[in-house]
Amino acid sequence: MIKALGYFIEIIRGIVITSRHFFVNMFFHILKVLGIKTKRKGAVTIQYPEQKKEIAARHRSLHRLMAREDGKPRCVACMLCVTVCPSECIYVEAAEDPDLEMQKYPSKFIIDIGRCCFCGFCVEACPEDAIRMDSGEIDFAGYTRDDLVYDLDKLLR
Amino acid sequence: MIEILIVFIKIVCALVWFLLLTLYLTWLERKESAVIQDRIGANRASIFGIRILGLFQPFADAIKMIFKEDFVPAFSRKFLHTLAPFISFFFVAITISAIPFGDSIRIGERTISLQILDFNVGLLFILAMLSLGIYGIILSGWASNNRYTLIGGLRGTAQLISYEVALGLSLIGLIMVFPSLKLSAIVHYQGELIFGFLPKWGIFLQPLGFLVFLFAALAETKRAPFDLPEAESEIIGFFAEYGGLKWGLFMMTDFMEIIVVSTLLTTLFFGGWQVPWMAADGFHWPWGGEWLLSHWLVVVFQVAAFNIKVFFFCWLQILIRWTYPRFRYDQLMDMGWKLLIPLSLVNIVGTGIVMSIL
Repeated sequence: MIKALGYFIEIIRGIVITSRHFFVNMFFHILKVLGIKTKRKGAVTIQYPEQKKEIAARHRSLHRLMAREDGKPRCVACMLCVTVCPSECIYVEAAEDPDLEMQKYPSKFIIDIGRCCFCGFCVEACPEDAIRMDSGEIDFAGYTRDDLVYDLDKLLR
Repeated sequence: MIEILIVFIKIVCALVWFLLLTLYLTWLERKESAVIQDRIGANRASIFGIRILGLFQPFADAIKMIFKEDFVPAFSRKFLHTLAPFISFFFVAITISAIPFGDSIRIGERTISLQILDFNVGLLFILAMLSLGIYGIILSGWASNNRYTLIGGLRGTAQLISYEVALGLSLIGLIMVFPSLKLSAIVHYQGELIFGFLPKWGIFLQPLGFLVFLFAALAETKRAPFDLPEAESEIIGFFAEYGGLKWGLFMMTDFMEIIVVSTLLTTLFFGGWQVPWMAADGFHWPWGGEWLLSHWLVVVFQVAAFNIKVFFFCWLQILIRWTYPRFRYDQLMDMGWKLLIPLSLVNIVGTGIVMSIL
């Protein structure tokens, strides 16, 4: 009997909690409709495409290749990122650079975003600080798999 | 001829009210659950960029369901599989014919009651039709020829049988107090006052009966915390093999049952279309004084009162659905047979004793 009473009290408490949420949130929704600005909002939702949450400073977003002053990529095609990549999504083809100081440059640099797991190891491995994941782009979905294969033109910005 | 026309108009109005409310209950369910959980809810459906809180969402859902493939599994009993959702839908939809929406309106010489058909056994009719609706569930569970749907159908049957008894017994006390099975008569009885100020509503005369009826009726709607036949998280439910509009019919049946239960609660326990202290010619305050109103204003007040009460109970049922987790099967049976039925019997005996003393 005591146990049943305990259940009953908990049932009442449950409905008090949900209805409290309902009425408090409705109160703030109505204030918003009436045009009264309040600090608290009726919902915690961020209406995504129109309203974007600020990306954290260390967030790993879409890769980009850094360029030197003359517009060529900083990359020297050392293949460290290709080696470290756990998803094996980076493909680099080296070519000889006429500049004796550089010796090599990437004639092809392809990242298959569809395979990338955004671990950031390539960024850690790069000795030239040529690849970064700070572009801030997070919506790069594509209609086909080929849309997700990014080459040098797309990465070098 | 004009009689038939009047009945026809009444049927159309009642069905439009019923189906529109059903459509918008789906909207209310999404929005209310969202507000409870600090979300916003579906608000993207738009016509020419106009959104108004996602009010077009039900129509978008309906269009989607209509244009989906009408899929019948190869291993099912085709005829019964197709028949089942229509049985479910029909027996719920027909209950609206006995619900009194208001008293009566006078147009010239003619008096039209705001009720499609005023049965002598209106209450029994509604209960019977709600019970017959279970055939849709059994048939869909069996004719789909799938183990999970069969389990769902059997669970639904067991649940409905155990709650049907409590549902019926809880109303006997009410029928003893308001000696009629005619719903319009029951509502008329509730227009009187007890102690000169309290409206003679069923809730004040039959509080225990109301509680038992509320629980049994919640179980009747087959939604959480009593959604054993469906049990999304374990057995998928009796309509697992349905898609498109047939599935939509089952969903609509669910929401229509909420409305029927709300109208029943309103009509039986909360005075139906009665506004407290309002008679046919206006308000008569218990502390003296009157506020006389014209006939049409009274009708508007009555219909509005009925609608507000029904909306409140729809809201309450959705709140309950989004608050409580599901009962276990044995707990459900325990509650039906060992708690609700004894309580309703106690209610009958108690009502009898009090009535014989008074």
